[in-house]
Amino acid sequence: MEPVVKQQALKGGEFLIRETDAREVFIPEDFNEEQRMMAQACQDFINTEINPVIERIEHMEPGLLPSLMEKAGELGLLGITVPEEYGGLGMSFNTSMLIADIFGQTGSFSTAFGAHTGIGTLPIQYYGNEEQKEKYLPLLGSGQWKACYCLTEPDAGSDANSGKTRAVLSADGSHYLITGQKMWISNAGFADLLIVFAKIDNDKNLSAFIVEKTFGGITMGEEEKKLGIKGSSTRQVFFNETPVPVENMLSERGNGFKIAVNILNIGRIKLAAGVIGGCKDVLSKSVVYANERRQFGQSISGFGAIKHKMAEMATRLWVTEAAAYRAGQNIEQKIEELKASGLSKEEAILKGVEQFAIECAIMKVHGSEVLDYIVDEGVQIYGGMGFSADAPMERAYRDARITRIYEGTNEINRMLLVGMIFKRAMKGELNLLGPAMAVAKELTSMPEFGEDTPGILAEEKKVLKNLKKALLMVAGKAAQDIGARLDDEQEVLMLIADMVIEIYAAESALLRAEKMALTAGEDAAKSQLSMAKIYLAGAVERVQTAGREAIAAFATDDEANVLQMGLKRFTKTPLVNTVALRRQIADVLIAENGYKL
Amino acid sequence: MKILVCISHVPDTTTKIQFEADKSGLNKAGVTFIINPYCEYGLSKAIGFQEEGKNITGITAICVGGPEVEPTLRKALAIGADDAVRIDANAGDSAFVARQIADYARGKDFSIIFTGKESIDFNGALVPGMLAEYLGLPFVSFATEMDLIAHERARFKREIDGGEEIVETALPVVVSCQKGIAEWRIPNMRGIMAARKKPLAVVSPTAVKDYTPTVSFDYPPAKGSCQYFEPANASGLVTALVNKGLI
Repeated sequence: MEPVVKQQALKGGEFLIRETDAREVFIPEDFNEEQRMMAQACQDFINTEINPVIERIEHMEPGLLPSLMEKAGELGLLGITVPEEYGGLGMSFNTSMLIADIFGQTGSFSTAFGAHTGIGTLPIQYYGNEEQKEKYLPLLGSGQWKACYCLTEPDAGSDANSGKTRAVLSADGSHYLITGQKMWISNAGFADLLIVFAKIDNDKNLSAFIVEKTFGGITMGEEEKKLGIKGSSTRQVFFNETPVPVENMLSERGNGFKIAVNILNIGRIKLAAGVIGGCKDVLSKSVVYANERRQFGQSISGFGAIKHKMAEMATRLWVTEAAAYRAGQNIEQKIEELKASGLSKEEAILKGVEQFAIECAIMKVHGSEVLDYIVDEGVQIYGGMGFSADAPMERAYRDARITRIYEGTNEINRMLLVGMIFKRAMKGELNLLGPAMAVAKELTSMPEFGEDTPGILAEEKKVLKNLKKALLMVAGKAAQDIGARLDDEQEVLMLIADMVIEIYAAESALLRAEKMALTAGEDAAKSQLSMAKIYLAGAVERVQTAGREAIAAFATDDEANVLQMGLKRFTKTPLVNTVALRRQIADVLIAENGYKL
Repeated sequence: MKILVCISHVPDTTTKIQFEADKSGLNKAGVTFIINPYCEYGLSKAIGFQEEGKNITGITAICVGGPEVEPTLRKALAIGADDAVRIDANAGDSAFVARQIADYARGKDFSIIFTGKESIDFNGALVPGMLAEYLGLPFVSFATEMDLIAHERARFKREIDGGEEIVETALPVVVSCQKGIAEWRIPNMRGIMAARKKPLAVVSPTAVKDYTPTVSFDYPPAKGSCQYFEPANASGLVTALVNKGLI
C-alpha cells in the first residue's frame, strides 16, 4: 500500500504561495461507493420524477414544485446536511456538494432545492439554539415545511446591510413586530418558514428572525416574470407588523449581517457544485445532437469547428468540477480539524467555510461563468434548433443566466476575493509579502531557468509556478502604488481577481490530472492530462491579458516597462498544440456519445 | 415468510460493449454495473409485500459472483433487502448459476424466490426455470402481477403470446418477474446509509460443473455499405453482381 500522506492543514488563499501535492487533493474520482449510490439515487429521482414533468414545472402548475420537494424530502434528499439528532443524515460537506451537483441539471427545481436546503435551512442549523433546531429542523429536513430566505430589498441588494425592514419590540416585550418589504425571494410562493433579516429599532446591523408563515401580517406580491428558472417561485414579501415571538430571533441582536455573509459563503461554493450537473447535461445533449445532426453528408460532430466547442466545454466543466471539490474537501478537512480542537460542529462548519471564503468566491465566479459559456456553446451546436423553445438548449441558456447574479454578483465576488486576500496579507494571516518581495527581486536579476524536474506535467507545473509569480508581481505592485485607494479602483481589483481565479482553476486541473495519472496510470488519464494542458494554455493567455491591462492602469511609465517585461517572463510558455489536444478530447466525447470524463 | 431475491449483476443499459483483446469476455474498464432491471422488479415486489404487512420475516438478496458484485448487492440492501449473500464464484452458464442458488436455498425455507425474467446481458432466461427444477418447486414465468392469497397460495397474472393468463399455485414458488409486477424504487438516503450495516455473507460455491464455458465472443459482422445505381445504368448493376459472383 502507498504510504499515507499526512495532510497539512491548509489556509484559505494559501494556494497562491504554496505548492500543493496532487496526492493531497480530493478529486471526484475519490467519491466512495455510498456517495456514488446517493448521487445515482438523486439522478434516478430526477429521471423519474422531474424530467417527465419539466414543462409543467416551467408553467408553474400550482402545487407541483412543492410536491416534488416533498418527494425529495421523503427520499432524504432535503436532510443531507441536517444532523442526525434532528432527523437528518448528517452527511459530509462534500456529499452535500455532490447532491447539489446532480440537482444542478434541473433548473427551476435546483433553485428551489438550493434555496430550501441552503439559505433556508442552514441559518437555523448553524445559528439556531437547541429549541429552534428541535422545532424546525425535522420539519425542514423532511420537506414537510419549505423555507425561504428574505434578505434582499428593493433598495438593498448587493449592499445588503442597508435594508430598511424594521423590527420593534411589542409593548409587552413578548414579540418583535416586523415591518418592511423584501424582494426576489425564492420559494416565497409556497414557503412555510421565512428567514427574515431586519434591523431592531435603529440598529446599525441586521438581526435575523425565524418567521412562520402563519404568524400573520405577511402578504405576497405576484410571481415575478423572469428570464429563466421560470418554474421557481420568486415573489416580493411584505411584512406589516408581523408578530414574531422574541424566542424566534436567531443568534444575537445585530448578528444578522454576519449570518447572511457566512451563509452566502456556503451558498457560493454550493452554487459552483450546482452548475456542474447542468454543464454535464448540456454538454452530453450537445454531443448527442452533434452526432445525430448530419450536414454535408456527415455528422457535424466530425467537423473541427464543432470538435473545438465540445472539447472546450468538456475541459472547462472538468476544471470547475476539479476546483469545486478540491475547495469542498479543504473546507471539510478544516471543519474536522476545528471540531477536533473542541469547537461545536456548527461553529466548526462556519469557521471552516469562512477560512476558505476566498475559494468560495473564486468558485462562484468560475462555476457560473463556465456554465454560461457552456450553455452558449450548447445553443450554438444546436444551431437553429438551439434557438427554438422546443429544444432543451433554449431553457438551459435562460436558466443559467441567474447564476452570475445571485449569491453575490460576480462583480461583488471578484472584488470581495481580492479584498480578502489583501486583508489577510495585511494581517499577516497569509504570507504574501515575502514571496511578493522575492518576485520583485527576481525581476531585476537575470532570468532563472531552473532545473527541469522530471515527472507528470512537470513543464506545466513550471508554467503555473510562474503564473503565481505574475500575480504576486502585479498584485504586490498594485497594493504598493494604489493600496490606499484600491476600493476606488474596481477595474484593477477585477483584473487581479481574474488572475487569481485562473490560477486556482488551472492548478486544480493540473492536480486532478496528476492524481489520476498517479493512481490509474498516464495512459488511462490521457484525456485528463490533455484537458489540464488545454486549460493551462488558455489560462496563461487570460492571466497575461488581465495583467497587462492592470499594469497599464496603475503603474507609472518607468515601472510599467519593468512590470511588462516581468509579466512577459512569467507568462512565457512553450507552444502547445491545443487543436490536436481538443480533437483528441472531442473524439472521446463522440465515441461515448456524451460526457463521461 | 422469507423471500429470496436473485440479483444479476449486469452492465448498465447504455454501455457500449467492448471485448477484451483476446475476446474472452467483456472489457469491464469504465463500465457501470447495475442490478438487472427485471431482478429489481422482484426486489420491489418483495419490499411491497413487506410494507403491506404480509408477514415477511426477511428478504435476502443473492448473487453469484466475485467481490466486484458486492456494490450491486449493497444497492439491493439500500433499496430494502434485509441481508445479502454472495456466492463466491464467477458466474458460469445458466445451469451453474441455478445450481449454486438452489444449493444455497435448499432447506432454508424460502416461501418465494424471485428472479428476473432474464438478465439483460446474456438474455438466457434459463436460470429461473432451472432453479425451480433443481429445488422441485412450482415455477411461474413472466409474472406481471402477483398477489398472496389465503392458504399459503399465490395468484399471478402472466404474459403469454397475444394475451395474458391467470395462474395460481401453492407456496413456495419460483417467480420470474416481468415489467408490471412492481415499480422500481429509488433507494432512500437513509437506506443507503443503513446498507453498510446490513449483513453481506460470502458463501463458498458448491462443486458444480460449468457445462458450456464460453470460448470467445465476437461482434456481429459490420454492415456493408450500400451502392446505388442510376436507373439508366442497369448494366452496371449486372456487372457488379457478376463480379461479386452472385449471378
